[in-house]
Amino acid sequence: MAGARHGVSHPGVLFAVLGLAALLVPFMTLAANRIVAAEGVMAWSVAPAALTIPGLVALVLGLGLGLPAARPRLRLLGAVLGLGGLLWLLVQGASGLLDGAGDYARVSPALGVWCLLTIFMLSMTDALVQLAPGPLARGTLLAAVLAALAVILWSGALAPLSVLQEYASRKAAFADAALRHLALAFGSLATAALIGFPVGILCHRNRRLRGAILPVLSFLQTIPSLAMFGLMIPILGWIGDSVPGAQAFGIAGIGFAPAFLALVLYSLLPVVANTVAGLAAAPPASIEAARGMGMTSGQRLLRVELPMGLPILLTGLRIVLVQNIGLAVIAGLIGGGGFGTFVFQGLNQTATDLILLGALPSVALALISAIVMDILVELTRPQAARAA
Amino acid sequence: MIEIDRITKIYNGVPAVDAVTMTVESGTITVIVGTSGSGKTTLLRMINRLEEPTSGEVRINGESTLEIKPHLLRRRIGYAIQGHGLFPHHNVARNIGAVPTLLNWPKDKIRARVDELLTLFSMEPAEFRDRFPAELSGGQQQRVGVARALASRPDLLLMDEPFGALDPIIRARAQDDLRRIQRALGSTIVLVSHDMEEAIRLGDRVAVMDGGQLVQHGTPADIIANPATPFVADMVGDMERPLRLLSLVPLAEVVEDGGAPGAALPADGSLRDALSACLWTGRTAVPVEREGALIGRVTLETIRARAGLRA
Ligand SMILES: Nc1ncnc2c1ncn2[C@@H]1O[C@H](COP(=O)(O)OP(=O)(O)O)[C@@H](O)[C@H]1O
Ligand SMILES: [Mg+2]
Repeated sequence: MAGARHGVSHPGVLFAVLGLAALLVPFMTLAANRIVAAEGVMAWSVAPAALTIPGLVALVLGLGLGLPAARPRLRLLGAVLGLGGLLWLLVQGASGLLDGAGDYARVSPALGVWCLLTIFMLSMTDALVQLAPGPLARGTLLAAVLAALAVILWSGALAPLSVLQEYASRKAAFADAALRHLALAFGSLATAALIGFPVGILCHRNRRLRGAILPVLSFLQTIPSLAMFGLMIPILGWIGDSVPGAQAFGIAGIGFAPAFLALVLYSLLPVVANTVAGLAAAPPASIEAARGMGMTSGQRLLRVELPMGLPILLTGLRIVLVQNIGLAVIAGLIGGGGFGTFVFQGLNQTATDLILLGALPSVALALISAIVMDILVELTRPQAARAA
Repeated sequence: MIEIDRITKIYNGVPAVDAVTMTVESGTITVIVGTSGSGKTTLLRMINRLEEPTSGEVRINGESTLEIKPHLLRRRIGYAIQGHGLFPHHNVARNIGAVPTLLNWPKDKIRARVDELLTLFSMEPAEFRDRFPAELSGGQQQRVGVARALASRPDLLLMDEPFGALDPIIRARAQDDLRRIQRALGSTIVLVSHDMEEAIRLGDRVAVMDGGQLVQHGTPADIIANPATPFVADMVGDMERPLRLLSLVPLAEVVEDGGAPGAALPADGSLRDALSACLWTGRTAVPVEREGALIGRVTLETIRARAGLRA
């Protein structure tokens, strides 16, 4: 493949143009305190020239390395270099801008940072798609990225940034929100799987049941999330009030229970539909052969239908997990806890940093889950299909 | 011995199989042949109870199949279908070992059986054992499908158009293979086909189905020489009847003393082969050999006589 295609990568050109344009908008903002309007600072003025030049060079070089179409490794390197330059400038700006700006001064990443971050991540994805690394390589890469992120955050180099200042003043609440968020997303996934797999198997075996159940689940899926969470309030509120002992289990109109239930309801369609599709994926001739050789219907399920449908089943779980990590943010609205709490607090106070404190970890969690689930789906593909 | 006794299957008031009675001797190949929709598949599937008969019964060595749980019955009966139905997520060894695994054979016994069958089907075990179906040619997939059906040494092997998906050249090889293996193992086979040529070539007995009814059951020579109904005659194809007759006669049966020019034909070839050799090379006689030694010749005159005699 290498050398077969010369010339420039079209996405690479687009990324380079957009990236250079992103350098011309404010890179960071500095405000005297939390209330007054912030003013933008360009990338080359966040610190003395001697400190910004290496970062700027890395950014431009990173964009340039993204250009040769036939060199995906070089393009990947360019993306990593660009991200490194971005980080370098952020670190310089975080401490440099605050120097002598007063005790209440706040410094934040601005449009330029977010644009460049997006561009380099897209460029990295583009290069990775071209490289098509195996599941093991992808897992290693993810672990390396996460480790680097952890080291950067832990080192405190970015601590002056306002979003991390918000974090520093809410450590306990953040840990609590993170746990709640994970419990909502993974708990609803597990519950939906526990209900959805058996229902999916029954639907696979019984055409009439399938005709009855799938439309109902599809309907649930079409309810807008705000409306769904809103609906939970009177329903669970009524149950909490009228069923003895229900409140002892935390069942009430607002809080964790209604948020959890709403997420489970949203999850059922992808789980059931993908179970049905997965079980139907085995070639009819294989099913006929399995019957003809004397497998019972349970043996057929375990030895033929489930193993062959596993990638599709897991794809259903992937959809649910990514969807629920996002929806769990909205659960913050009805007191479900999770990162949404910060998002909605921030929206109320028009405090962008607080919104980011909720939004950034949610996005990161969704991305990580998607990548890990994709790796799992690939690992369960039949070996021959993977080799081909 | 398989006894099919007045077996009937009615779908929506219409009989797909109508009171068919026939007996299949152990160690023979019976080919059920007929046009599409004549009820062949339904008849075959009633033997291992993939379809339940509306009335009538099947007895295997005197025992009614209705007295055995269907899945246990099927483990005793091999079943091979068109498009092989291999499990794509299992390698060749697991595919062939599927029924022995269901029967809880010990692992080493299964492994030995898999290798034995692969060898029997001219597939080097070390090379093919670990391959997945997608990594085999069509002919190899089909052989693995038949090997799987034979794995547990079943009383009976049912095959529904097993060669239907193969191209003609591979098909002829697969038929020869099946014949050879059936002779070696002494298996009892009931095979469904829509191709009279295949039926004549493979069958010890041929059963012709038409509209759900068994219209003729006999040896290939019988079917060709005395078609019971115009339908059977049609299937045999009047135009080619002499040729079909010739393909039934081995050279060994008609070889006479004397020499002839040109390349020799093997004694187990048919008169049809001899005819095409004569026509192709313009000879009036061809030499016949057995294991490299000339044993005589067959003349065009003999061929003509045999073709005309019973035609
Ligand atoms: N499950 C079924 N339901 C209704 N009719 C069927 C069913 N299976 C087969 N038939 C009908 O029975 C007849 C014989 O079918 P089949 O045994 O498959 O024929 P063949 O194998 O000779 O082509 C056909 O007319 C077919 O339409
Ligand atoms: Mg058929």
